[in-house]
Amino acid sequence: MIEYWNPLVERMPLDELEVIQEKKLKDLVKYVYQHSEFYKERFDDFGVKPEDIKSLDDLKKLPFTYKSDLRDTYPTGMFCVPNEQLVRFHVSSGTTGKPTVVGYTQNDIDVWTTSLARAMTSIGVGRGDIMQIGYGYGLFTGGLGAHYGAEEVGATVLPTSSGNTDRQIELIQDLGSTVIACTPSYFLFMNEVSDGLGISIKDDTTLRVGIFGAEPWSEEMRTRIEESTGIKAYDIYGTSELSGPLFTECHCQNGIHIWADQFLIEIIDPETGEQLTEGERGELVITTLAKEALPLIRYRIGDITVISKEVCKCGRTHPRIMRVLGRADDMLIVRGINVFPGQVESVLMQIPEVGEHFMILVDRLNELDIMKVQIEMTDEAFSDKVNDIIKLEQKVASDLKHVLNIAVKVELVEKGTIPRSMGKAKKVIDNRSL
Amino acid sequence: MEDKIIKQISLFAENKPGRLAHIADSFREAGINIRAFTIAEAGDFGIIRMVVDKPDAAHNVLHDSGFTVSETDVLGIGMEDVPGGLGMIADVLGKQDINIDYAYAFVTKTEKALLILRVNDIEAAIGILMDSNLELIDMSDIQEI
Repeated sequence: MIEYWNPLVERMPLDELEVIQEKKLKDLVKYVYQHSEFYKERFDDFGVKPEDIKSLDDLKKLPFTYKSDLRDTYPTGMFCVPNEQLVRFHVSSGTTGKPTVVGYTQNDIDVWTTSLARAMTSIGVGRGDIMQIGYGYGLFTGGLGAHYGAEEVGATVLPTSSGNTDRQIELIQDLGSTVIACTPSYFLFMNEVSDGLGISIKDDTTLRVGIFGAEPWSEEMRTRIEESTGIKAYDIYGTSELSGPLFTECHCQNGIHIWADQFLIEIIDPETGEQLTEGERGELVITTLAKEALPLIRYRIGDITVISKEVCKCGRTHPRIMRVLGRADDMLIVRGINVFPGQVESVLMQIPEVGEHFMILVDRLNELDIMKVQIEMTDEAFSDKVNDIIKLEQKVASDLKHVLNIAVKVELVEKGTIPRSMGKAKKVIDNRSL
Repeated sequence: MEDKIIKQISLFAENKPGRLAHIADSFREAGINIRAFTIAEAGDFGIIRMVVDKPDAAHNVLHDSGFTVSETDVLGIGMEDVPGGLGMIADVLGKQDINIDYAYAFVTKTEKALLILRVNDIEAAIGILMDSNLELIDMSDIQEI
């Protein structure tokens, strides 16, 4: 098993990487100014010219781009190349609004694939592995993205896409899949279904690695998954606007490596837009340094995280972002308090009696927001004493209140009541009409 | 002593229409007979407890229909269906510091009443009840009721 996909680049000292970044940034601003009417106007309105960008420090002089820009210029208004240079389109699912279209040149596909090849190598996935890809194939970037990356590192791809869960489990067994890539919600569902079939993922399959993403998940969920299924669970990160899933944690499971020769990251104060320093929590902003069709300058991806530039124990020098608990779009405001579904998950997964699936319901009653969390109980936790169940509900409510600072009504529902998902799980039902 | 223990089926059910019918239907299909039955209701949910003729089969049927279900060890005591029967049992156990978690009773075809008890110390309770010459019912009796 090889340790690095590209040792020279992955272990390059950060100051040398920054020299590359600086050169690529200067080229990029010239490129977008010249090739995209959108960026030219944006720069002009902002009073900045490509020549003003002389160093990495000048990055802060550039305007931000937003998901709304992609929507406003739907479908291809921000593209820097004519359609005949594109080899592919992906279209986002529009979970948080109108869909957005992303186009790729051959080079864009190659950069994307390389990014994932480095990532997969960093978690020990490569030749000899059978990777079952349970992300949806098609307009969604998850399936095809993981597919190209896996082929690049020499793994054998089993392109199951999502759904048909009994078949997924049968194939894990029959072909001896060693790696599974899907949403964490879907893997939990698979685990539940296979339990029902009397198959233990831990004892009866050769699965050893899970690559889980496309939705936020907590460290506590990782512990649950690893303990119950015996696999190593890794977080994969990306978004369709940036190409798709791009980065993962390495085998150290301590932050996601963002390849600095291809992407430039900053953390800003989401309110003021000011750059924050390493280690400060804020909103992640990404500039693509190698994309041709749809380069993004200072893209406000909306995730709240922390950057670490410390060299990782694995030897990689590229900066890491720490676990993302939720995208700003997923944030709920309940009685004026910010709540991320990820925080709820993190509390619930620390209580062994609580099952992996949950639903947050928000209603407004007499001008007051009411937040309810539905949970299921594990089979082992069921006592036939009413008091024990009431105590469990009270414990969950009190732990949630402690972390979220708002009162939450906890409702224990029958096993299987909370909808299972084969893709991105819906964890919030907001019935307020604001 | 083991054989004096009755396997009670307990299951978690949300308090909503149709749940009980669903359970009854799956039992009918599986040919399982309910001997004693009670619901402890607590607002949004309830715990259904029952003594059936085939507890293991009942457990499987309910588990396979997706219920959270467990088998709980309880005691069954035959009582003369006359005033004072229950008081005597409670008295014997109370004196020996055995706590009754819950209890429910039903009347059998043989003019006896049957009391189902969950206690905090089942082994001790069996000893005490046998010493007091009370009639403990076992699983084979349950099948014949």
